[in-house]
Amino acid sequence: MELAFYIAGAMAVMSTILMLTRLNVVHALLYLIVSLLGVAVVFYTLGAPFVAALEVIIYAGAIMVLFVFVVMMLNLGAPAAGIEKQWLTPGIWTGPVLLAAILITEVVYLVRIGASGASTGAVDPKQVGMVLFGPYLIGVEVASMLLLAGVVGAYHLGYRKVEKPEIQHDADTNERRAAAGGDLVLAGTDQPARTP
Amino acid sequence: MISLLWLIPALPFASATVLMLFGSRLSRRATAAVGVGSVGLSALVTILIAVGFFSAPPAGGSYTQLLWTWISVAGFTPQVGLYLDALSLVMVLVVTFVGFLIHLYSAEFMMEDEGYSRFFGYMNLFVASMLMLLLANNLLLLYLGWEGVGLCSYLLIGFWYRDPANGRAGRKAFILTRVGDTAMLLGLFLLFTKLGTMQIQDLMHRASEQWPTGSTYAVVAAFLLLGGAVGKSAQLPLQVWLPDAMAGPTPVSALLHAATMVTAGVYLIARTHVLFSLAPAAQFAVAVVGASTMLLAGFSALTQYDLKRVLAYSTVSQIGYMFLALGVGAWQAAMFHFVTHACFKALLFLGAGVIINAVDEEHNIFKMGGLRKELPVAFWTFLIAGCSLAGLPFITAGFFSKDLIIWEAWSAQQGHPGFWVAGMVGALMTSLYTFRMIFRVFFGPLGIPVTKRPGYAMTAPLVILALLAIVTGYLKHPLLGFLGSVLPSTLETNTHGLTELGSEGIAALLFLIGLYFSNLFHLQKRGLADALVANPVGRMLHDWWFADWGFDWIYDKVFVQPFIWASEVNKSDCVDAFYTGLAWLIQLFYRGLSRTETGRVRWYATAMAAGSVLFIAMVLYK
Amino acid sequence: MFSLGLTSLLVRRNLIFVLMSLEVMLNAAGLAFVVAGSRWHQADGQVMFLFILAVAAAEVSVGLALVLQIYRRCKSLDVDELSEMRG
Repeated sequence: MELAFYIAGAMAVMSTILMLTRLNVVHALLYLIVSLLGVAVVFYTLGAPFVAALEVIIYAGAIMVLFVFVVMMLNLGAPAAGIEKQWLTPGIWTGPVLLAAILITEVVYLVRIGASGASTGAVDPKQVGMVLFGPYLIGVEVASMLLLAGVVGAYHLGYRKVEKPEIQHDADTNERRAAAGGDLVLAGTDQPARTP
Repeated sequence: MISLLWLIPALPFASATVLMLFGSRLSRRATAAVGVGSVGLSALVTILIAVGFFSAPPAGGSYTQLLWTWISVAGFTPQVGLYLDALSLVMVLVVTFVGFLIHLYSAEFMMEDEGYSRFFGYMNLFVASMLMLLLANNLLLLYLGWEGVGLCSYLLIGFWYRDPANGRAGRKAFILTRVGDTAMLLGLFLLFTKLGTMQIQDLMHRASEQWPTGSTYAVVAAFLLLGGAVGKSAQLPLQVWLPDAMAGPTPVSALLHAATMVTAGVYLIARTHVLFSLAPAAQFAVAVVGASTMLLAGFSALTQYDLKRVLAYSTVSQIGYMFLALGVGAWQAAMFHFVTHACFKALLFLGAGVIINAVDEEHNIFKMGGLRKELPVAFWTFLIAGCSLAGLPFITAGFFSKDLIIWEAWSAQQGHPGFWVAGMVGALMTSLYTFRMIFRVFFGPLGIPVTKRPGYAMTAPLVILALLAIVTGYLKHPLLGFLGSVLPSTLETNTHGLTELGSEGIAALLFLIGLYFSNLFHLQKRGLADALVANPVGRMLHDWWFADWGFDWIYDKVFVQPFIWASEVNKSDCVDAFYTGLAWLIQLFYRGLSRTETGRVRWYATAMAAGSVLFIAMVLYK
Repeated sequence: MFSLGLTSLLVRRNLIFVLMSLEVMLNAAGLAFVVAGSRWHQADGQVMFLFILAVAAAEVSVGLALVLQIYRRCKSLDVDELSEMRG
């Protein structure tokens, strides 16, 4: 059990790091899904199988799929990777890494001084269900309203008025993209490339 | 009848209030009626009271009417009280009557100007303040009237306020009289602190009891009061404002700066003559100031080409005569000269107003000429007044009053032959510049054609004043006797070497010499005058006397320029630096903080992360 | 994981990546909650994770809709382009 915890944990972290550094969006998404699966395993080893299942179904299954849909809809393509490469200079990492490092040390320190070494125990899904229908009932209702709001908002924001005819993407989209000159900004439109 | 005393200042004051509040809604006729009528009524009341006073003088020669207590603080209770005795009656008579005539004149003179009601409002306020000054029974109320006339002088000099030069002239007058007023205020403080009362009669009694002759307090107080009188009456060294005050309308010059306001200083010294008798040094200073001013102004008057400025310097010079009389102890002579001077100087100014109006606002006498036939009324009245000023023997009033002063300058106990010589030289100068003026304006070829002729409202006062300029001379003995109840008669002790008749004879001779030379230079051989000025020495003297013996230049260099320099230097002083520094600091923070608003999400996220890191660190290391 | 997500948030300029790192951060927070619940033997940790999940779902849907709008408007997914509230 312990071994599974550590391996899954390490895999999740590795996968996240890999996700961060990818140039291609879809690759990063896939790495993120792997990371989420690793976290699910961690949950299972901690004795929360219900949560593990939820993680897989909702997080990796719904949310990430949503991401993939949107990315596909945006139709970014190969030129995007080039631009990402431009943006990710080595120097850009220094500040945030420093900040994150300080944060990690602080949190670890906090955890250390507060640690009392008690063991982890499993918590039944049944217990979780009883708590949900008991004290946290209102929270559940509010969460459902939040999801409703999310649905409405997403529909409204994603609505597109049809003012001009949709650009038909046919077989020679690759040529189109090449004609756009590798500009992420103009990829997918018919305008000529601007100099970046 | 005499209990109507309070009406005398109240009537002009009420009409001033009405005119200033509602004047713009009244028609010109109504404004003139209110403005002139109030002073006229005041004059009427004064005459009635005077008749009553002459026929049945009140006990002790004076009448006091207490109106109300002005201030009541810890033993200091000045009251608003009116005090009428021979001195104030004489002055009030002159002020109201001559004031009425001048108001009548200005009803027509100012007819075309905008601000008609404003003019009459100010003039009435002036008359009210002057009457308050004259009738006050304590020094504080007198000071109130003093300041009031100073204010009205400023307002009236700068009456045509759209021209900034007029405003400057008004401010110059106000500031210079302010210097005098401050000295007077210090004198009032000293008198009150030492003698404990402001009531004039009480003050004089206590001063004569408590202070021996020549005591320091008396001398200092007298000098301070002299300072105030010098400022208001435009004597040395504060005389520079009067010539510039001619920027105001001519009736203003006639009323304020000839007949009434400038004699306030003379009145002050006459009122407090007991104090001055206790301070011989101060009294001598009065005489010296008077004599020197008389000469200085006489020389300056000889070089001026602006008609009104000649008259202004002439006023300064004649008041110098009055100061000289006060200084040698000839109190009654000073008041006599005041009465005659008020008549003929007001007449001269009003006549000058007619002339200037007629020749289309031209002030330069060298450009005028030959107006004798064109403006006959103005000519004859001006001639009578001029002769009175110069002292035409036996006919005109000026002869009697001026010669009395000159004689007293020789013969009085504090008299001195030097003063007599100064008076004689002054008489010669007076004759010279008066006839210079008359010959240049009225005789010779026609200079500027006459476009406007005066109406009845303007000529009637001229005629009346001309009559007075002749008649008041014959009132010498009754007047002096009447004033004897207030002002002590002058003891003529130094009568050796000269008799009164002899002095008068010499004065008459000087009058004729002046007339002759004026005739020579300004009528017969006008080229001679130009030749005199073309001469380098003549040119230098001429320019020096023209610029009022350089006083303006001195004041500019000594007071005005350093003040301007100091205020320029002080523009960005340390107090300012504190406030601008504060603003600069805040701006620094503002600019700095604005740079953090980049609008970029990642920057804001970084800021949030850094903030939370800091917070946790703070919690950790608590 | 949280700090990794934070770093990634601050570094990447592509809007999709920003949202992905937000997900990582949320996930990490949920993980912390579950661990705490497990440690104290209470169900509250898992309940919190459930709520976080719901919130993340709603947020992702709205966020991605916004991404679509932004892409339509600015034709770009650069986060730095969206700096009109510059001061």
